[in-house]
Amino acid sequence: MTTPTTAPVPGGSGGGGPAPEEDATDGGRGSGPGRDADATGTTGATDGTGATDGTGATDGTGATDGTDRIGEDDLPTPPGATGALLRSLLREHRWWVALCAVLLLLHQAAVQAGPLLVAYAIDRGVPALRQDDYGPLVAVGAGYVGCALGGGLFQYAFIRASARVNQSVLLDLRGRIFRHAQALSVDFHERYTSGRLISRSTTDVESLRELLGEGLQELVGVVLAFGYISVMLLWLDLGTGAVALASLLPLFLMVRRYRRRSRVVFAARSTAIAAVIVKFVETMNGIRPVRAFRRERVNDAEFGALNDRHARRNADGMLEMAQYVVGSRLIANTAVAGMVLWGAHRVASGALALGVLAAAVLYLRRLYDPIDRLGMFLNSYQSAAASLEKIAGLLAQVPSVPEASAPRALPPRRGGAGREVVFEDVRFAYRTGGEVLPRFGLTIPAGQTVAVVGSTGAGKSTLAKLLARFYDPTGGRVLLDGVDLRELATPELRRGVVMVTQESFLFSGTVADNIAIGRPEATREEIEQAAKAIGAHDFITGLPDGYDTDVRKRGGRISAGQRQLVAFARALLADPAVLILDEATSSLDVPGERAVQRAMDTVLAGRTAVVIAHRLSTVEIADRVLVMEAGRIVEDGAPAELIGGTGRFAGLHRAWRESLV
Amino acid sequence: MPENHATAKETKGASSVRTLLRLWPYLRPVRARWFAAGVVAVTASCLSLLIPLVLKWMVDGPVAERDPGGVWLGALYLLLLGVAEALLFGLRRWLVARPLTGVEAAMRADLYRHLQRLPVAFHDRWPSGQLLSRGTADLAMLRMFLTFPLMFIVVNGVTVVAGCAVLLAQDWLLGLILLVPVVPLIVICALFETKYALVARRAQDQVGDLTTVVEESVLGIRVVKGFGRHRAQAEAFRTLAVRLRGTELDKARLLAAIWAVIMTVPELAVGAALVLGTVRVADGAMSAGTLVAFLSTALALRWPVESIGFLLAMTQEAATATERYFEVLDEPVEEPACRPRAESVKAPGGGLRFDGVTFRYPDAPPGTDPVLARIDLHVRPGETMALVGATGSGKTTLTALVPRLHEVTAGRILLDGEDIATMERSRLRELVAVAFEEPTLFSASVGENVLMGAGGEADEGALRRALAVAQAGFVDGLPDGVRTQVGEQGLSLSGGQRQRLALARAVVGRPRFLVLDDPLSALDVHTEALVEAALRDVLRGTTALVVAHRPSTVQLADRVALLSGGRITAVGTHHELLRESAEYAWLMSGTEAEGGGSR
Repeated sequence: MTTPTTAPVPGGSGGGGPAPEEDATDGGRGSGPGRDADATGTTGATDGTGATDGTGATDGTGATDGTDRIGEDDLPTPPGATGALLRSLLREHRWWVALCAVLLLLHQAAVQAGPLLVAYAIDRGVPALRQDDYGPLVAVGAGYVGCALGGGLFQYAFIRASARVNQSVLLDLRGRIFRHAQALSVDFHERYTSGRLISRSTTDVESLRELLGEGLQELVGVVLAFGYISVMLLWLDLGTGAVALASLLPLFLMVRRYRRRSRVVFAARSTAIAAVIVKFVETMNGIRPVRAFRRERVNDAEFGALNDRHARRNADGMLEMAQYVVGSRLIANTAVAGMVLWGAHRVASGALALGVLAAAVLYLRRLYDPIDRLGMFLNSYQSAAASLEKIAGLLAQVPSVPEASAPRALPPRRGGAGREVVFEDVRFAYRTGGEVLPRFGLTIPAGQTVAVVGSTGAGKSTLAKLLARFYDPTGGRVLLDGVDLRELATPELRRGVVMVTQESFLFSGTVADNIAIGRPEATREEIEQAAKAIGAHDFITGLPDGYDTDVRKRGGRISAGQRQLVAFARALLADPAVLILDEATSSLDVPGERAVQRAMDTVLAGRTAVVIAHRLSTVEIADRVLVMEAGRIVEDGAPAELIGGTGRFAGLHRAWRESLV
Repeated sequence: MPENHATAKETKGASSVRTLLRLWPYLRPVRARWFAAGVVAVTASCLSLLIPLVLKWMVDGPVAERDPGGVWLGALYLLLLGVAEALLFGLRRWLVARPLTGVEAAMRADLYRHLQRLPVAFHDRWPSGQLLSRGTADLAMLRMFLTFPLMFIVVNGVTVVAGCAVLLAQDWLLGLILLVPVVPLIVICALFETKYALVARRAQDQVGDLTTVVEESVLGIRVVKGFGRHRAQAEAFRTLAVRLRGTELDKARLLAAIWAVIMTVPELAVGAALVLGTVRVADGAMSAGTLVAFLSTALALRWPVESIGFLLAMTQEAATATERYFEVLDEPVEEPACRPRAESVKAPGGGLRFDGVTFRYPDAPPGTDPVLARIDLHVRPGETMALVGATGSGKTTLTALVPRLHEVTAGRILLDGEDIATMERSRLRELVAVAFEEPTLFSASVGENVLMGAGGEADEGALRRALAVAQAGFVDGLPDGVRTQVGEQGLSLSGGQRQRLALARAVVGRPRFLVLDDPLSALDVHTEALVEAALRDVLRGTTALVVAHRPSTVQLADRVALLSGGRITAVGTHHELLRESAEYAWLMSGTEAEGGGSR
């Protein structure tokens, strides 16, 4: 009989698009219910899109100053990290793992006892019956019922126990990846694109889940069954067992050949489907320019070529499988014929009992049934191993902006004055050596509003990120009221410094939830107050459900400018001592920007503020202007002073005034 | 048993059968090979039923008669059957592999072609992820369905019937014992599948929720870190992950139960058959070979019986996938050419003219105000008109009407006196070049991306000129200059850089009509000034409509139209409007909010 296992349905495994999907099982070769493999296929594909979208969205910002990019997909995994990860995941479940192993052994023992009982029935039961001795027959019946019930019971227990282990391990792993990704610095996130990071915790965890859920048990089951059956056969009849064992070698070679060849084919297929997906998503996301520039025909042709290539690779994979099936079946069926010949010969010559031959024949069918699936499960094992390695590589990354081990407290905030910021001999360079900010010193007194201007790539954002502790300086210290930012606990730091960036990300949830990120315990009045202060109240009340509008459901209708207002309100609600605005008004129209600026007068009172802006109108609210160029502060002074002078800022400002008329 | 599963299929809904029948046109071209594969599969399956009979013949014949020669013959039969079975398996796969991946590809190509031609309004409604999952996962599912479940529902049905016949023919009593669990097993498996599908669906949704949290926490990492929210995020993640674990354990419980049943019930039947068979062999009522054949056949039938439940479930799933696929394919495309008009009135004057244009989104609930109401606007030939309006006043929508990305609800738009509704879309889009607010680059080289705007007849010189206009000198600093690959798989460019390339794309073909939607928003002051200076030159010979948010962009225009509340409320030069329109002054400077601020 088919070795009973929790195999997935034929054909369903694989993470949707790029991951290999198999349709291995052929007629007659078992398999069973449990179709979650298909279900995940769908998720996989959609995840893929999400990730692609995400990459596109964030890259625009990340790339401008990201000279320090991670080129290849994989982070270097330190040797042994994968094994260490696996061990640490399983350590606390080791008793459960042991239980699973015992259950699986018992299960296989119960299952494989059947043919032995058949032999016993034929060789002992029949002669005994002829002498009216019902003993052996009763024993066979009881034994068979016992084995059937035991097999079912052990199967049941094993599935539940192993699910417990698997799910606990997955929960643990998911949590670890998530927490680790959150702990890694913004700098890391800028280099390691969001798409890849997301696929670490989705697709890769998924392939591990598939292996743990179905594949591993199948694999171990097959090996165990082979072991049991070989021993049985050897014990029943040395010759038959020897043939069975001998057939292992060609089978092994066959499996190895398939694995080797399929790896190449599957890799080509992943590349092919990935190209199809990219083209597809790109077209759909850019449908307006596609239409406006009449790209439909060209696209049809390009997509057709990619699509056909995928179809060919896909068929290659199926044909590779066909070869494997034919090869392994031939070996198996030849071995069966050989063993039956040998056994029958010996029975005919009286050297072997008939029942033993019957048992051997029944065993033989079981012996070779799972080989079709073996190749497929080895593939899933391989892809899971690769995934685990990638995950281990991610987890091995040391956060470059670690949390303070012995945090210090900030001195109490002096009545409504903000906090003093000091850059003390600070320099910043990317790990690969590109120096962004050469050594400099800067003191911003408490309560001052500083505008930072300069062309793209001058280092303005880096300055801001150092202050927000998104990066740590390569040399020197950044002090907040005399305390090094690195010595502050996260909550303390975030009460101290908040940064509003150009891209204002909204989380799923209501508008109110999004504003409340700044201070989760805030009341509705406080939230509305913050929104009013920044001029966001009007548009929010105009949304279908006001503050309770779900931003994801009607997300498309919230414009970039409106998002920025929400981000502003969020920052206001957090009530930080130091507020950093990095191009925070870039998407607002003139009235919106004006409203924000008017609000700034009151909002910035009692805070230290660093404002980065392309548009010089922002400068009007500043007490002090810094002009940056190639990482250096080249001008520093009160706005009036600089405008009146002859420096770069005076020139920029003049040009800007003229554009306003 | 085939009646049984056929009826089960019927009760699952004749509608799914009807849905699946829609696949026929795609299957039709490969029907010969597909049906051949079916025949091969049935043959292979029946061959495996012959093996026990050969064994029986051997045991009862040569073995019992101690005839070594006969044993050789039997083994030879077995070998031949085995070889035939292996080759037939391979043959089936070989027959369908290329044709069916071809079917999948054809369906995908159709979907893509169709999607490209669906109205933009459709794409506004459908996120690309939804479309992609139809184009990948659903189609892969359908290919699998055609390769495997569809064929094997028939094959396994035939095998079960043939197997039953073999069993009953040899010994009807023993046969009945073995067949007793077949019907309940099929029913249990089918029931289980429905139940399991629900839990699996729930797990899938929960994985989706989890993925959302992961995506958001990665995409919004600056916010998470900026506000020190990572503990709260981790908490939210954990809650969802624990819930998922619960569902997965539910799934495992179901799976464990069904496997226990599948394991135990047939074994019990086999045990009973073994005991009874032993008695009958002892009585001499049955040969030992028959018993061996019996047990062997029972074994061979186990898979076909067990499989029917999930084959049906997969069929159901395939029906859903088919439905999802055709849901998109049934959407009507933009009507190919034009609605020809009897009274093809050549309106006086050239340029771009909006004539009583009203627009509301086709999916807007009835009774809502139109986005644009009775727009009358004339952009004279060679003139540049700036379009100014508060956020949400419909500027972008108005510009989308010109290349017919959306269709006007009422009124008409004339290009040089010709109604755009009567023009071939491709000709219209050749005449009108557009730069969108959100600059999209495709996976191609910088040069190809820009030259897309020229319709194939532009050369290197035109490319250079366009890049110069857009102040895209940074291109020469890219690794491979204009041949640098950009887009999803290439180099990422900043928003400002992408915007400049999109602008170059719009002007490269020196179009008669130019529509620019806030083309300079992502540029810094300095670059903006340079682009404007260069653009002025281009705009001289072009009829252009430019959406503007800032005074600096308005400077490009000869005249300005103010769009307010879906209507054009004022037209004039920048200075005229500054004087005459309080709203305009407010929009441009933001200082007179008290006076005319009517947002």
